[in-house]
Amino acid sequence: MIKKELCKIISQEEIAKDIFQLTVEAEFVKEIKAPGQFVHIRVDKSFDPLLRRPISISSVDSKNSRFTMIYRKEGKGTSLLAEKGPGILLDILGPLGNGFPVDEVHEGETALLVGGGIGVPPLYELSKQLIAKGIKVVHVLGFQTESAVFYEKEFLENGETYITTVDGSYGSKGFVTDIIKDLEFDSLYTCGPTPMLKAIEKGYGHKKVFLSLEERMGCGVGACFACVCNSSSDINDVSYKKVCSDGPVFRAGEVLI
Amino acid sequence: MSSRLNIELPGLTLKNPIMPASGCFGFGREYSQFYDLSKLGAIMIKATTVEPRFGNPTPRVAETSSGMLNAIGLQNPGLEKVVSHELPWLSQYDVPIIANVAGSLEEDYIEVASQISKASNVHALELNISCPNVKTGGIAFGTIPEVAKQLTRKVKEVSEVPVYVKLSPNVTNIVEMAKAVEDGGADGLTMINTLVGMRLDLKTGKPILANRTGGLSGPAIKPVALRMIYEVSQAVGIPIIGMGGIESAEDVIEFFYAGASAVAVGTANFVDPFVCPTIIEELPILLDQLGYEHITECRGRSWQEHGQLTYHRA
Repeated sequence: MIKKELCKIISQEEIAKDIFQLTVEAEFVKEIKAPGQFVHIRVDKSFDPLLRRPISISSVDSKNSRFTMIYRKEGKGTSLLAEKGPGILLDILGPLGNGFPVDEVHEGETALLVGGGIGVPPLYELSKQLIAKGIKVVHVLGFQTESAVFYEKEFLENGETYITTVDGSYGSKGFVTDIIKDLEFDSLYTCGPTPMLKAIEKGYGHKKVFLSLEERMGCGVGACFACVCNSSSDINDVSYKKVCSDGPVFRAGEVLI
Repeated sequence: MSSRLNIELPGLTLKNPIMPASGCFGFGREYSQFYDLSKLGAIMIKATTVEPRFGNPTPRVAETSSGMLNAIGLQNPGLEKVVSHELPWLSQYDVPIIANVAGSLEEDYIEVASQISKASNVHALELNISCPNVKTGGIAFGTIPEVAKQLTRKVKEVSEVPVYVKLSPNVTNIVEMAKAVEDGGADGLTMINTLVGMRLDLKTGKPILANRTGGLSGPAIKPVALRMIYEVSQAVGIPIIGMGGIESAEDVIEFFYAGASAVAVGTANFVDPFVCPTIIEELPILLDQLGYEHITECRGRSWQEHGQLTYHRA
């Protein structure tokens, strides 16, 4: 059930350059079903920016009815959001979308979690839930540069963690795909930039792979048809999926990316 | 309370003058998880074409100050599916449906209009001659008065319900367009569709929208809509369902003052899924504050001769 709620900010801090961690209290926490779901935030009462901002849920604290998001301060909306401190009420619509299926892997198996940049956050709650199920979790996290790296320690607590940076200033130089090719796994969960998702689907699409897509959204609930993607390669086939309400997580091959 | 908001228009007996605008509400399913759709005055469903359409590539939306650009491209499941699935599903609600009819060729409009107007819950058609995001056909119907008039006439011949024509603001003289479709037999007008606009990406220098241009909607276009309704409502004898940036009860009254007889809420649904029921609840309170018994008293105040209307005190 999707709710619109005024959620109190519990804390907000910058955990890497322009990367903010925001924790809020919300009754709808009990409605969150799977890691990888997201919320739609109205950052300001004014009309500038007009639309809500889709932000993924990075961890859930059901006991205290709180959840945490990690986002990059980039445009007008996220800059306004980054200024908000504890106690402020945020207009949030959520939880939205369908997350990563945790039931697709079984005890004793290995799950590979691959994140790129601001695609890393939803993998953290996923990692926690997989660990709780007795699944071995391996993380490969790619960032642009050292100052953009976050949550290495947190992921390390759950399992083996590899960090890559494009410029080589931290971890291994290069892309996540350079690391994945040497790893063994039963299933792969990923979220990040489209070129990364494409490379993963191309290389490992025959395995059990789940990808979380990103697309510009309007309503966030499936009504506006802004974030639609093709679900067939046949040009005459008009079948489609909506990233916001059918996704954002899809099985490899389910949609064209 | 609702008796202060009820409106009678050709084909439409409305509990209140608030309806979600076409393209901003799908076929109602998504918003039915938020509130009872029977609360609405009517629902303008997403544009329907003869064949299913996938629409434009993404990105399909771009933001701008107080507005958004969209270039969805009339994505819809096609006439057959709308008639067999969407309209029957909507019939569980006590709400009249206004079906938005779109196409590329005259035959397309005629085919959709004749079929969709047979559905029992479709009480009126909205003839979409003004979508800025489809490459063929549509735009000529919406910008050349004689072409618009002929299309209106042909659709009127086959439609079993009243026909409202949706006007484009992307014309030199909207009054001329309005008069032409009135001559063609239109029972009403809906206005305005979106204004053609563009945003460019700062890093690449290229348009943000894959379609390059898109339709601007949201509070940014409200003054344009008000001005056009002000002009058109004085020039024609058919009612106008006004739209363009409405997000509050105050906006609704302003549109009535300009000359609208009912209004549609579009982009604001994306910002607040509850915007329509909220406005419906707030309208009677605002009418009290402004000293009106019934919302129709607000209609056309901007141009009515002084003394022609009942004098009210707040």
